[in-house]
Amino acid sequence: MRIGVVTFPGSLDDSSALRAITLAGGEAVPLFHASDDLKEVQAVVLPGGFSYGDYLRCGAISRFAPIMSSIIVAAEHGFPVLGICNGFQILTESHLLPGALIRNQDLHFICTDQPVTVENVNTPWTNGYAKGQRIVIPIKNGEGSFQASAETLAELEGEGRIVLRYADKNPNGSQNNIAGISNARGNVVGVMPHPEQAIEDLTGPSEDGLTFFTSILQSLVAR
Amino acid sequence: MALDTVAVAATTPENEQPWRELGLKEDEYQSIREILGRRPTSSELAMYSVMWSEHCSYKSSKIHLKQFGEKAVKSDALLVGIGENAGVVDIGQGYAVTFKIESHNHPSFVEPYQGAATGVGGIVRDILTMGARPIAVMDPLRFGPADAPDTKRVLPGIVAGVGGYGNCLGLPNIGGEVVFDETYAGNPLVNALCVGVMKHSDIKLATAHGTGNLVVLFGAKTGGDGIGGVSVLASETFASGKAAKRPAVQVGDPFAEKVLIECSLEIFAEDLVVGIQDLGGAGLSCATSELASGGSGGMDIQLEKVPLRDPSLSPEEILMSESQERMCAIVEPAKLARFMKICKKWDVTATVIGEVTAGDRLHITWNGELIVDVPPRTVAHDGPVYNRPMARPAYLDSLSPVSLPAIESAEEIKAAVLKLVAAPNIADKSWVTDQYDRYVRGDTVLSQPEDSGMIRIDDHTHLGVAISTDANARWSYLDPYEGVKLALLESCRNIAVSGAKPLAITNCLNFGSPEDPGVMWQFAETVRGLADIALELGLPVTGGNVSFYNQTGSVAILPTPVIGVLGVIQDVRTRTKMGFTKAGLELFQVGNTDDNFSGSEWAYLHGAMGDTAPRADVDHATRLVNFLLEGQPLFDSAHDLSNGGLAASLTESTLKNNVGATIELPAQFIPGGVSAALFSETPGRVLIAVEPENSGKFQALAESHGLQLHAIGKTGGTDLVINDATIALDELRAAHTQTFHKLFG
Repeated sequence: MRIGVVTFPGSLDDSSALRAITLAGGEAVPLFHASDDLKEVQAVVLPGGFSYGDYLRCGAISRFAPIMSSIIVAAEHGFPVLGICNGFQILTESHLLPGALIRNQDLHFICTDQPVTVENVNTPWTNGYAKGQRIVIPIKNGEGSFQASAETLAELEGEGRIVLRYADKNPNGSQNNIAGISNARGNVVGVMPHPEQAIEDLTGPSEDGLTFFTSILQSLVAR
Repeated sequence: MALDTVAVAATTPENEQPWRELGLKEDEYQSIREILGRRPTSSELAMYSVMWSEHCSYKSSKIHLKQFGEKAVKSDALLVGIGENAGVVDIGQGYAVTFKIESHNHPSFVEPYQGAATGVGGIVRDILTMGARPIAVMDPLRFGPADAPDTKRVLPGIVAGVGGYGNCLGLPNIGGEVVFDETYAGNPLVNALCVGVMKHSDIKLATAHGTGNLVVLFGAKTGGDGIGGVSVLASETFASGKAAKRPAVQVGDPFAEKVLIECSLEIFAEDLVVGIQDLGGAGLSCATSELASGGSGGMDIQLEKVPLRDPSLSPEEILMSESQERMCAIVEPAKLARFMKICKKWDVTATVIGEVTAGDRLHITWNGELIVDVPPRTVAHDGPVYNRPMARPAYLDSLSPVSLPAIESAEEIKAAVLKLVAAPNIADKSWVTDQYDRYVRGDTVLSQPEDSGMIRIDDHTHLGVAISTDANARWSYLDPYEGVKLALLESCRNIAVSGAKPLAITNCLNFGSPEDPGVMWQFAETVRGLADIALELGLPVTGGNVSFYNQTGSVAILPTPVIGVLGVIQDVRTRTKMGFTKAGLELFQVGNTDDNFSGSEWAYLHGAMGDTAPRADVDHATRLVNFLLEGQPLFDSAHDLSNGGLAASLTESTLKNNVGATIELPAQFIPGGVSAALFSETPGRVLIAVEPENSGKFQALAESHGLQLHAIGKTGGTDLVINDATIALDELRAAHTQTFHKLFG
């Protein structure tokens, strides 16, 4: 199973995402922003970081990368895409996901071990979790507060498209405690927490994040 | 505004020059004239003035720092020593590690965010320049009183700057210090450490060899930021009507640096450079003169080729600009095309600005006219050297012993512990460290508040490194010779407590004005102490940094030698953490406690300094390190005792995983009673939790190393119980964690 990870200028968690895919048992394939060649990967991860230094708006420049034009077309046909942190921001800028991520409520960058609840287990990225499962994975961002119109929020809630919700305490002012969402079809998922940084007890707060990567491999096998 | 060329200078020896405004002394200016046999051009004057500044030339400290060479141990681990951008040590398995601390104190006071940000950027480029991939940063910080208005201005900006730059570079921030003291008001200390890793074969040096090889400037374009002194020159020498003075503090762009790192590492991987130097302090003046003097000696630079952000910059300003995120490489002509292709891939601007020549002069031209013609070594290495007067400061004769109220009853113990753990110097620093990404790169095994930061180097063999930075400025104030030794021993202990073996030392020596004989004495004693103890321990000093003039009026900062120790751990999976993991563990204090509060946090909270620093006991420290490394499989947790003594360590170890403890401090435990037992900062002590079934082996091992053990209690429950005093962990946590939020929002 070939899973791609895109490196944009300023991507930071690309190496960790590649490691997570390998650890889950997949074949991790590095992709570069400047090419539109998806190298026959079966799913793709847009990793965290500060692509283009967050200039203009987070993700606003990266969405115009050649690789994104291929990803946008593929995603509209059901190709699985996971955006993590800056990757989530790129997905909202690309309009593959609704809403926007704005500066955290207290205006600080926040790095902490965050409890979240998995609410939607019907996506290819989360089907290995139990519905309502509480997991702990790091958040680390300055602009992670999810905002959307009342209409969009109602749609997301009504269609069960909230993938992750902050548990215990809302760290950043996100509406409805939203930490991650999916598109209507469920193949495109964006999350602010970093599952790729919770794949080994040695280096993360838990191993809870690994299930994102085993889930996608399971879904691809089942296809 | 005529160009001041070499030809003009030769015919106008009488021209007045603003050497004084540029910070040169009269005899320094005269020696420049002697070196050149004429007056310097304004560009040459600018170059000499910055390269001969205290910051670049180490003119007041050199004479002392040479002890690090004279007393150096023969170490097979040292691959590159002092003098290059950073020292490099062998950690085995073909890996080499480079690490260094630098100060960015003065810019951070003027402009906290950018000062701190570019401090991180600068040290990261130093590490990159050695050919290494930067893998982690740490930042020891010091501020005036926590509740002072200026601290509220400076601290949030500095923390945001360290985080803003480091987070965007993708480097985990794995530790550091946050310390408050009155003497740092107006003189905050921002020290930044970076560590990088490479294979032995990848080490790069700052040399320009090979006639005909090209000098390539790559990275950000050059702007007018960070020019500092040279703006004086511009306004003195040339007609007015130019743009107003630009900020003397550099402005950082971490995205540009991130791209520069990836671009440089790809260039290194293909072996496309002969030599390389980053552009930091003194910008192109430094890079060209150091590269040339590190090589065969000759270099021609066409300065007008330097890409500019501000086209109005004069040649002098271009030479001085400290614009960030720039590197200078020496490239063979045959490899230039490939070099340029990689730069293009990463959208990095790269420009050939000159070449290495067969001569022994550094020639710089501006549109064909010669404006600099100097022997590069005289700029880079042959600056003035001062043996400044030193005198043991008078304050040392008026110190008085500490007298503190005794603590006995349960109420007194509880109140004292809660007071200590809420003090800004001891309180939880998450407010600061949660603004730093500690996870990025996915190899962080330990980070603050653990005793050391630890990074995995190899996924398959589990090899890793640990780093700790420490200073106890109050002990250095009381006795600079012992103070620095104690700081080094603490760093070694912090490394060993985590399970790594100390391997090499770096340092950042922060002091007041070298023109004050008392400060100079503190500095000399510090260097002597560090050189002596490094030799005693057999650890190499791989490099360092000196920051003088941290002084407001006649008040100097406490002498603050920040020591960094790098350790190596063969298998990071065996590391030991500081938090208690479960109930029923036996707790031991290794090492004895003395009834001496001098320089302790507890004394500071009572407005006292005391009179006598502890002695550094190298023999005991060595036995302790050996015990910690050998006994590691027997430890469930281990935590160093330092600032705040046993009370602080118990607090951190219980709160980490919310596992309480019951502690019995018998009256005869130590002279000084319960107060000393809890709050004395006697060096050479560690708190260790052990499974009952390992207890026998553990005690036998301590005995075999000749170490004193004290059984002080057991883990368990939801309280920290000390004798008759019961402190609920929730109450302890509230006291420990709310301080920074109350102070800084």
